[in-house]
Amino acid sequence: MIETRDLAKSFDGHVVLNGVNLAVPTGQTMVIIGRSGCGKSVLLKHMIGLIKPDRGTISVDHVEITKLSGRSLDKIRKRFGMLFQGGALFDSMTVEDNVAFPLREHTSMSPEAIRERVRECLALVGLPKVEQLKPAELSGGMRKRVGLARAISMNPEIILYDEPTTGIDPIMGDVINDLIIALRDRLKVTSVVVTHDMRSAYKVADRIAMLYNGTIIAQGTPEEIKQSAHPVVRQFIEGQATGPIQEGLPDRRVLSRWPSRVMRKGAT
Amino acid sequence: MGARLLAPLVQTAAIAGAWLVALTEYAGQLGVLLAQAVGGCFVKPKRWRLVLYELWKIGAQSWLIVALCSLFIGMVLALQSAYQMKRLAAEIYIASLVSLSVVREIGPVMTALIVAGRVGSAIAAELGTMKVTEQIDALVTLATDPVRFLVVPRLVATLVAMPLLTLWADGLGVLGGFLIGTVKLGILPSVYWKMTTLPLVFKDLSSGLLKSGIFALIICIVSCFEGFRAEGGAEGVGRATTTAVVSSFMFIIAADCLFTAIFYFVWR
Repeated sequence: MIETRDLAKSFDGHVVLNGVNLAVPTGQTMVIIGRSGCGKSVLLKHMIGLIKPDRGTISVDHVEITKLSGRSLDKIRKRFGMLFQGGALFDSMTVEDNVAFPLREHTSMSPEAIRERVRECLALVGLPKVEQLKPAELSGGMRKRVGLARAISMNPEIILYDEPTTGIDPIMGDVINDLIIALRDRLKVTSVVVTHDMRSAYKVADRIAMLYNGTIIAQGTPEEIKQSAHPVVRQFIEGQATGPIQEGLPDRRVLSRWPSRVMRKGAT
Repeated sequence: MGARLLAPLVQTAAIAGAWLVALTEYAGQLGVLLAQAVGGCFVKPKRWRLVLYELWKIGAQSWLIVALCSLFIGMVLALQSAYQMKRLAAEIYIASLVSLSVVREIGPVMTALIVAGRVGSAIAAELGTMKVTEQIDALVTLATDPVRFLVVPRLVATLVAMPLLTLWADGLGVLGGFLIGTVKLGILPSVYWKMTTLPLVFKDLSSGLLKSGIFALIICIVSCFEGFRAEGGAEGVGRATTTAVVSSFMFIIAADCLFTAIFYFVWR
């Protein structure tokens, strides 16, 4: 189980997380939804110890990782796999070397066994015969899928997904959704998925939590979230421009004053 | 009245104080990274393949530019000193002047400046790009220490390559002077060679090589540090690269001054 308690983080005085309390039970998939820039990825990075919180605690199976560092934290990290938003593949290595990286670093598998595992992982994400390509030769979606292959190569107990379906075509997005479900059902993997793709969220989630203004404002099963009466949740899941969330939306007064093409032609 | 006169002084002192604090903090951070990297040199696994790869990039790809610059500097030194020596009818000492200046000072410093410009910028740009594309975060999530994986091989390679390149620069610098001395100034080759080696003692060579080792530490640690703290996309990587080169230049010149003084006053 992953548990965050009263988690708070600020960057240069800008409060990103302000008392986040969240529990992800073992073997379940928790989807964190929220607007872009609301701190979803920051929350995810706290869970694997990439960022230290200003306040609060994070525990993985009742081990408080905020107090750990060095080898003891690395020991916990080996139980994780993480898919980054842009894939975060190592540019200087081939696809095979990228996926094989954790296996070569942390296991005593033979080169043949590693090669076989790499082939399997790439086949799972629908990418056969790309082993010798460099990340620069792949499309954004392919890079993300290689990132996913790397994340699952060590058979992790916990997988963190940062926007797994963003930038991927809808069919492949659904393949990734199915893969997240399969990993949970077959290998009992605990997953935390950060996304604003509601279709994906409803499909893969056991529970959904919405992050807004640095706190979790609602959480529940996909059905409960669909039925939520919270105006912020409703506006977000329905994708409405009107509602309580107004930050970052276009200024309608400027839009109403904006001259049309016909008027401008008339003016000149 | 007195207070008005004192105000600019106080302001200047405050700026100088803040600058000094920032410089101390910067040097302290570099020291921490250096300590971590030196400590990492003695920890398994040893990544000899990475060291060899970096040695190829740092050493083998720099030999030509170092050779050309050293040859020309040697020639310029011989020609410039010929102006003065001719007046004193002491052209014969040009050989000694060139060999001593090149081996003690110009060889190590010029090699360091070339390597800082060519290799330091490449290290900062590569690590900076890795930082802004989350590749360094990915390394951490894969339970791999970025200092051990990225800094240690570069440090070992720079420490091996720099003295070798310095020896190479020394040889080519002396050759440049030899070409001018024998072809243009009409000094007999055997006499030129004798006057080249006559004033040289072991300390001249060893102090130059020792300095080149110090410069290697500076270039590698400053460039890696700047790469690690790059932020904000392409602009951040560009800033990190520029800062790496400028800071390396400054530290190289300052260290050269310090160590030359130590060699002069202490190690006689």
